[in-house]
Amino acid sequence: MNWNLLSINDLSRDEIESVLATASKDFLELSKRDIKKVPTLRGRTIIDLFYEKSTRTSTSFELAGKRLSADVINVKADSSAVGKGESLKDTTLTINAYRPDIIVIRHPHVGAAAFVSRFTEAHVINAGDGKGEHPTQCLLDIFSLRQEFRNLEGLKVAIVGDILHSRVARSNIQGFQKMGMKVKLVAPPSLLPRGVEALGAEVAHSLEALAGMDVIYLLRMQTERHESANFVPSLREYIANYCVGRRHLTKGQRVLHPGPINRGVEIEAALADSNENLILQQVEAGLAVRMAIMYRIIVDNAAAGEAASDTASSLHAGAASGASEAEIRNIQAVG
Amino acid sequence: MTAAIAKRGAKATLIIKDVRVLDPASGVDACTDVTIEKGQIASIAPAKGKADDAHVINGAGKLLLPGLVDLHTHLRSPGREDEEDMASGAAAAAAGGYVIICAMPNTDPVADNAAVVYSQAEVAESDAAIRVAFLGSISRGEKGEHLSDMWDMAEAGVVAFSDDGHPVADAGLLRSAFQAAGRVNLPLSLHCEDLDLAGAGVMNEGRVSAQLGLAGIPCAAETADVARNLEMALYEGARVHIAHISCARSLAAIETAREAGAAVTCEVTPHHLVLNDEEVLGLDSNFKMNPPLRDEENRRQLVEALAAGRVDCIATDHAPHAWQEKETPFEEAAFGVTGLETAFPVLLTELVQPGEVSLEALVMAMSTNPAKAFNLPVPAIVEGGEANLCLVDVEEEYEIEPGNFFSKSRNNAFSGRRVRGRVLLTIAAGRLAFKRDA
Repeated sequence: MNWNLLSINDLSRDEIESVLATASKDFLELSKRDIKKVPTLRGRTIIDLFYEKSTRTSTSFELAGKRLSADVINVKADSSAVGKGESLKDTTLTINAYRPDIIVIRHPHVGAAAFVSRFTEAHVINAGDGKGEHPTQCLLDIFSLRQEFRNLEGLKVAIVGDILHSRVARSNIQGFQKMGMKVKLVAPPSLLPRGVEALGAEVAHSLEALAGMDVIYLLRMQTERHESANFVPSLREYIANYCVGRRHLTKGQRVLHPGPINRGVEIEAALADSNENLILQQVEAGLAVRMAIMYRIIVDNAAAGEAASDTASSLHAGAASGASEAEIRNIQAVG
Repeated sequence: MTAAIAKRGAKATLIIKDVRVLDPASGVDACTDVTIEKGQIASIAPAKGKADDAHVINGAGKLLLPGLVDLHTHLRSPGREDEEDMASGAAAAAAGGYVIICAMPNTDPVADNAAVVYSQAEVAESDAAIRVAFLGSISRGEKGEHLSDMWDMAEAGVVAFSDDGHPVADAGLLRSAFQAAGRVNLPLSLHCEDLDLAGAGVMNEGRVSAQLGLAGIPCAAETADVARNLEMALYEGARVHIAHISCARSLAAIETAREAGAAVTCEVTPHHLVLNDEEVLGLDSNFKMNPPLRDEENRRQLVEALAAGRVDCIATDHAPHAWQEKETPFEEAAFGVTGLETAFPVLLTELVQPGEVSLEALVMAMSTNPAKAFNLPVPAIVEGGEANLCLVDVEEEYEIEPGNFFSKSRNNAFSGRRVRGRVLLTIAAGRLAFKRDA
């Protein structure tokens, strides 16, 4: 892996395969053990910097770090110096002075993770930057699809709902296509970004377009990001036209959702409770995939740092040394 | 001409030898000597003999142009002198070849009354190396609610009125403003943007904004407001200047209004002529400005219009910002970039040298036309005229380095770009305003 994970475009198809293989081989099964912890990142420090409300992503990252035995600190924007007018640059510099190995950041503005990476020697993982990207969600979604479908080449995916406000959609449109899938976007025109066809996806405006799809990826209506209330004339109209239920599905179709779900808005309750959806598998995959990302981001760059130690003049080289590769690779249950 | 334009005296004799003199408006294009005495252009002919007290500059291979005029400068004085003040802004302008700049009224306090304008003119008189003219605001505090003291400010010497940065949304107020400005025969310089359409946009709406997930400002936010404002100007028979056009359809609307008899002029910025919205892909806040960089098709059409003489003026929209206001995630960053020191070299390099726009068209759009649009003294290279000119080395190549700017601010969209062409000397109102150290 590269030094940072800021965008799904930071990873090639082979690199995605490789990270997912690590998640599947080394970490998925860990959650089923009695003792769910390995010493892999013992002595490493991970700081989760969350400037937006988050339950599942912050839980998932925190748990992933702790199960790797790293020291994990969670910084919530509302309880930090941010409320005292500190700039993102200064918060980053302050946190960097603790010399963390990884900074995980969620922020309401596009490019915030890339911005943070300019002011720290730590690896930066983008846990969602405004309406920009959510690359770890994309990786866990690909992982979930891989578990269900094996071969992703040519798989047809419809992404349905509030695409305009969705960083998940932006990462997935690009990440899914990178893995050889065909992507169709289904939403009312007012919830599609102008110019979105430039990302290579087909565009449709009604649920009839779900016919022939293998996967239906539902998005939540992000009413908290709707600066004005007029993106749809009424929620009732939206539900009548875009709420997906079991009746919309054909045999073999599977439904994904990044959560949190709003029953009765974008997904009917019966579908939310049906085994046709992979929503909880996604959550479970999220943990294994985030462990794999943090593990690989440390290991791959530590190995690269050793190989390139002669020319270790860059900002990154210093942080790359530390625990030996042998120690890091010691993936055995603490017992 | 007006109290707001500082008057300057004149000193020694200067001879620029063997220089190419180009002033399209005066019909001059010749290799000759130019002698400047007591702030006036004494002769445009081979200098005879040798005046002992004359300072001689070898102009061989260099270009002598009428000094440039900027209709759209933010000087931040009073209020944000940490970003720019009269001295630094005028020094930056002189280093860019400008002899007159027109300061926008969005200062703190806003220039919405004569007292502020008089005090600005006083500071400019003592601190500025070139002429600084001032615009007064259209509405009090640029709040778009009540008209400012337009008549008083006209007496104080403002050259136009503008609420730049805050489009006048209230059509009734704008109509009154056209009427009041007409009474003192001054134009309104309008920042045209429908704020409801612009919403929370931070860049051009299109494929790049879709890719980045940034909220877009559609072209229609500009073109719809341009169309409305032109209709009102036409109806009132008032002078109007459309500021920083970024969309080709705005130009089409201007031409239609002009054919119908409207007294309309317009300006385009160097960044909208040279850059497109793909620059934003790197999320560098030095590509964040309002109006935003548009797509390549709009940029190309603006350049074609400039080449054909359909764009009256090039104006910088020089907007200095403190670094901490730009060193943030893109969405949080302030809108605006500086331009006084980069406008001419960048346009020479990007538009004239590749042959897209003639040097004559560039000079008209950066000097003669803007001066006429706001009734300013027209810089002209004619015998007996006041010396307002700049000397350019058209061969010198260098990299734009904001650390070397005279401006107090570094937020420039052309940072790191290689250009060919450098202003060596600027004489404004007959006085040496800038001379580059060899």
